[in-house]
Amino acid sequence: MSLPFIIIAVVTLFAAAAAMSLRNLVHCALSLVVALAGLAALYLSLDAQFVGFAQILVYVGAVAILIVFAVLLTRSDATPNQTILAPGWLFGIVVSAVVFATLGWAALNSAGLPTEMPPAPVPTVKNIGDLLMTQYILPLEVIGLLLTAALIGAVIIAMREDAPKTKMEDGGLKMEKSAPSFILHPPSSSGGAS
Amino acid sequence: MTPLQGCLLVSALLFAIGLAGAVTRRNAILALVGIELMLNAANLNFIAFWRYGPNPEALSGMMVVIFSIAIAAAEAAVGLALIIAIYRHYRTVNLDEIKNLKG
Repeated sequence: MSLPFIIIAVVTLFAAAAAMSLRNLVHCALSLVVALAGLAALYLSLDAQFVGFAQILVYVGAVAILIVFAVLLTRSDATPNQTILAPGWLFGIVVSAVVFATLGWAALNSAGLPTEMPPAPVPTVKNIGDLLMTQYILPLEVIGLLLTAALIGAVIIAMREDAPKTKMEDGGLKMEKSAPSFILHPPSSSGGAS
Repeated sequence: MTPLQGCLLVSALLFAIGLAGAVTRRNAILALVGIELMLNAANLNFIAFWRYGPNPEALSGMMVVIFSIAIAAAEAAVGLALIIAIYRHYRTVNLDEIKNLKG
């Protein structure tokens, strides 16, 4: 284990622990950014350049911004003095400690783990693109479909409540409130047009 | 301790931190952040085994991580949209106060 690896790992783990334990949600989001950037540095130190930069673009760039927006949109000043932990938190800590002990024991006691790095491969973007277009073409298409469906679904879920809704949401969430608005909206707009 | 075991230990600790946060925090956004940390720990395992494995030219571990990052992005978008919809309905994101299925 080299010194850079230890430094990056310590920074990443401390930032992750801070993201999970701080009281202020904005501080949590910023600590999460540090943890994800540390993970990107770990990927880079493991010769996975494409994944490292994809991590920075997707997580540090997009997911962190989404989380900050969600924190700001759901800000409530009602209960600043409330405890931040759920009632059964001790049990949760014990369970995660047991999980860590099991995983760590398995990592330290497994026989046959490779001990030294093989010579560094050169996974250029061209190789990755070739594989994505040949061997992994079906997962790539499925991922594209999944991303499209998920993002459209996210927009529909997060839309304002007085906007016209799909039938499923009307039946499931707000039967009394949104059904009249759904009926009332088209006449008013068509009346304005005529 | 070999470098691969170091990576595996870091990943295990990251997974445990994420699990503890997802289980114990009351805020729904932080539960989602904990899930993201657990996904990232799994990604680190994939990259470490890909790098130290016998055949890194096949790029299979890296492919799994690329798809996993895409799925995690979709999960974060849908999860945060759900949290915003729940906040609009209940005026809170405290997981202990969200008890009703219909109301």
